[in-house]
Amino acid sequence: MTATAPPRSAYETVIGLEVHAQLLTRSKMFCGCATAFGAEPNTQVCPICLGMPGVLPVVNKRAVEFAVRLGLAVHATIAASSRFARKNYFYPDLPKGYQISQYELPICEGGWLDIAREATIERHARTEGAPKRIRLTRAHLEEDAGKNLHDLGDGASHVDLNRAGTPLLEIVSEPDLRSADEAVAYLKALRELVVYLGICDGNMEEGSFRCDANVSIRPAGDEMLSTRVELKNINSFRYVKRAIEYEVERQIGVVEDGGRIVLETRLFDPQRGVSVTMRSKEAAHDYRYFPEPDLVPIAAPAAWIVEIRAALPELPEAKRARFAADYGLSAYDATVLTGSRALADYFEATLRHGAPPKTAANWIMGELLALLNAEGAEIAGRGDPALAIATGREESALCRVTPKSLAALFALIDAGTISGKIAKTVFEEMYRTGAEADAVVAAKGLTQVSDAGELAAVIDQVIADSPKELAQYRAGKDKLLGHFVGQVMKRTQGKANPAKVNELLKARLGAPSV
Amino acid sequence: MTTDLWTLTIREAHELLKTRAIGARELLDAVEARVAAVDGEIHAYLTLCREAARAQADAADRRLRNGEGVTPLTGIPIALKDNLCTTGVKTTCASKILEGFIPPYDATVVERLRAQGAVFVGKTNMDEFAMGSSTENSAFGVTRNPWDRTRIPGGSSGGSAAAVAADECAGALGSDTGGSIRQPAACCGVTGLKPTYGRVSRYGLVAFASSLDQIGPLTKDVTDCALLMNAIAGHDPLDSTSADVACPDFTAGLGRGVRGLRVGVPKEYFIAGMDRSVEDAVKAAIAALEREGAIPVDVSLPHTEYAVAVYYLLATAEASSNLARYDGVRYGHRAKAPADLIDLYVRSRAEGFGPEVKRRIMLGTYALSSGYYDAYYAKAQRVRTLIKRDFDRAFERADVIATPTAPTPAFRLGEKTQDPLQMYLSDIFTISVNLAGVPALSMPCGFSPEGLPIGLQLIGKTFDEETVLRAAFAYEQATTWRTRPPR
Repeated sequence: MTATAPPRSAYETVIGLEVHAQLLTRSKMFCGCATAFGAEPNTQVCPICLGMPGVLPVVNKRAVEFAVRLGLAVHATIAASSRFARKNYFYPDLPKGYQISQYELPICEGGWLDIAREATIERHARTEGAPKRIRLTRAHLEEDAGKNLHDLGDGASHVDLNRAGTPLLEIVSEPDLRSADEAVAYLKALRELVVYLGICDGNMEEGSFRCDANVSIRPAGDEMLSTRVELKNINSFRYVKRAIEYEVERQIGVVEDGGRIVLETRLFDPQRGVSVTMRSKEAAHDYRYFPEPDLVPIAAPAAWIVEIRAALPELPEAKRARFAADYGLSAYDATVLTGSRALADYFEATLRHGAPPKTAANWIMGELLALLNAEGAEIAGRGDPALAIATGREESALCRVTPKSLAALFALIDAGTISGKIAKTVFEEMYRTGAEADAVVAAKGLTQVSDAGELAAVIDQVIADSPKELAQYRAGKDKLLGHFVGQVMKRTQGKANPAKVNELLKARLGAPSV
Repeated sequence: MTTDLWTLTIREAHELLKTRAIGARELLDAVEARVAAVDGEIHAYLTLCREAARAQADAADRRLRNGEGVTPLTGIPIALKDNLCTTGVKTTCASKILEGFIPPYDATVVERLRAQGAVFVGKTNMDEFAMGSSTENSAFGVTRNPWDRTRIPGGSSGGSAAAVAADECAGALGSDTGGSIRQPAACCGVTGLKPTYGRVSRYGLVAFASSLDQIGPLTKDVTDCALLMNAIAGHDPLDSTSADVACPDFTAGLGRGVRGLRVGVPKEYFIAGMDRSVEDAVKAAIAALEREGAIPVDVSLPHTEYAVAVYYLLATAEASSNLARYDGVRYGHRAKAPADLIDLYVRSRAEGFGPEVKRRIMLGTYALSSGYYDAYYAKAQRVRTLIKRDFDRAFERADVIATPTAPTPAFRLGEKTQDPLQMYLSDIFTISVNLAGVPALSMPCGFSPEGLPIGLQLIGKTFDEETVLRAAFAYEQATTWRTRPPR
């Protein structure tokens, strides 16, 4: 019997994501220790996060507030009373032998996040059409574990507990995602949201925004969920895409070879681009969850929620709509400019310094983003003080061209001091050195030449040097005007005012006639 | 001065210290001499804090001399159960797994006593991790009952109770998860109070079962009990389960008498097979209260029979998790030359924990396991709620409830060590109180034919330690039990 392999489209991919967002609180979830990244090992610890005998946890209220912020932003139900629970397992990076998490009564239940449709999620594609709604299962608070270090060259394993007790918000989606691209789009939207909310710095490299994926396949059209595989260690957008795509292909391969998918946890190896079994269902932990007796239920009274809601920043969706409406921007421009809270804030700051919206939008999306992308940088930090404090890079990662300087550059163009073309050169210099526009113009002698006398001299010379072209022009080949303009610009190193040159040339060459 | 200073109660000692008839150092020296004389046999203490205690006594003397910051506890020699963390002083929980562990922090109660100028004589023996009713589960040897040295002092706060009874301190702190203050108080003929859950901060108390543990005083009389409560009670931001409710002066109402006070007598606490002398002594105590003007009323606590089962599910479940941190990684006992991580865990814990602790960790792990949780842990929580409601209903009819503290006087060393179930039943009258979270006190109310003390338990409403102490004080004033010293 010969069977033709069914096409890939015969399978539907089903994905649900679990995201761990590290909350931007100054102190840990249950003690007063600092949460800053990158300190010397075991310097941000105390008896509580070390799990010493007799100590007790105390809930960080700010972390609860951050969880409520997210809940409100994703339309979740905020539990008036939620509980912590203990998740019991032994590991050297887990000082108490249990993680304080939430189990039966999480702080946020339900809600949703809208993502752009698959066809429109490419970076520069225009966002059009109705978004896709991804339902959320829950979001709950928990503490992070420390880190085990094995490769220090002394043959021993070491434990760094600086991270132990850092607050995390675990955000769990329903299995509503249908492709690796959708998963990435969801992750990007969620990351954008937590950064907007000022509750997480979204830094995947430092592990403050981490993702596990539950992936399964089923025959297209089936309603039943099939056996899923959990993928761990996929901590960049690229890895998420690659890991899911690899897993989908692997599962299709298994099924087409007549095999069955087994419930397991797999670890993605980005070097080799493959995943390997970490533990099977048989080896799955029994975490023996039970309510944490050292903590009373978390109360989130209605009045407090109202207060938090009132203090929520403008969210991406609302900001996009406002940018389009108030500044007359296209949907695409509004989307790009609200791509991060810092970028949107930068744009609006430029406007506050008098820049026209369209000009600012074009320059920021064109020149500025091009230069930033070229060095893999982004505007960060200014939007949210908490973010800047937590990342410790309030100044360093900021774009050297301040919104005020950019607006001043536009003013020079507007006043005719420099041409739009020269302005690009000036801008590159500003970006490189942080100098002000007028200083660059002065230092490089880039001021536009508009003086009729000065220009007339150059024009005369150009005409004298181009007798052939002059004859052709006068014979009716008026396209040659461009040749003369180009020559004038060349001889003035681009500083000539192009409008003025046009005007003077036309007069000097005489009206083209038959 | 003809009295031996070590026999003084806290209040008596305070009067003499305040008037500078005696000095704090003098008092400490007397108590230390007493310890030197008797503790070889009693073995109430695991650690003596000689140098630190002397420095504290000298500091107390300076306070007393200057008359500044003098409190009823300034210069008073206090013993601490060895599950209360003390900065710079070994805190072992009578377990090998914490042998040599020196905390860099004080328990909140220790810090509060320290601030009052108390003098810490030492750390007392206990059942390992407070699991037991006889102090025989200590990894560091048994404590003997000062009334009969062939008998147990009760447990788990047996060292603290024996130290008070043998005048090896003026007062002590213990902890009570299922009767661990009251039952040894009964066995040793002293007064012990388990406060309302949440009344005293648990911060720095090495956890056994977090939802049941409470720290409380063991003292020579009711007044001292109130004095220690004044020092240790009250909200603590470091313990989320400590209640943010106002604390009275626990000594203020002691003398108000019991006229019209309704004393509930639950029929479930007078059962067939209980020791005759215990039943007689408790009934006589209720009659004595009645003579003082109290009104006995019959009450019922119908779910009492489930209390021991509920307790041994919930307490072991919590303990299995609370004791997970003793893994040999960061502090305490670590197995030598482990082959790998699992070997490190297995051997460190196998070598470090005693048999009763292991038994309870296994029981609790089982009760929480997937597939058993609903049948055991969850069901036990539901029955716990019923037990709590029993007390709510009983307290609609009564202001305090009077019961025996333990079904028998102190039993012999070794008598029940081979039979854990029999041992567990020692707490049959004290366990419900922890499950309900209400306060209860044990005080002497007579002697068995062998001359062993018998304990009367007075149970109060939530956060109503005052009424319990008032009834106890009235009874104490009407009787002479407490004046009889151990042989």
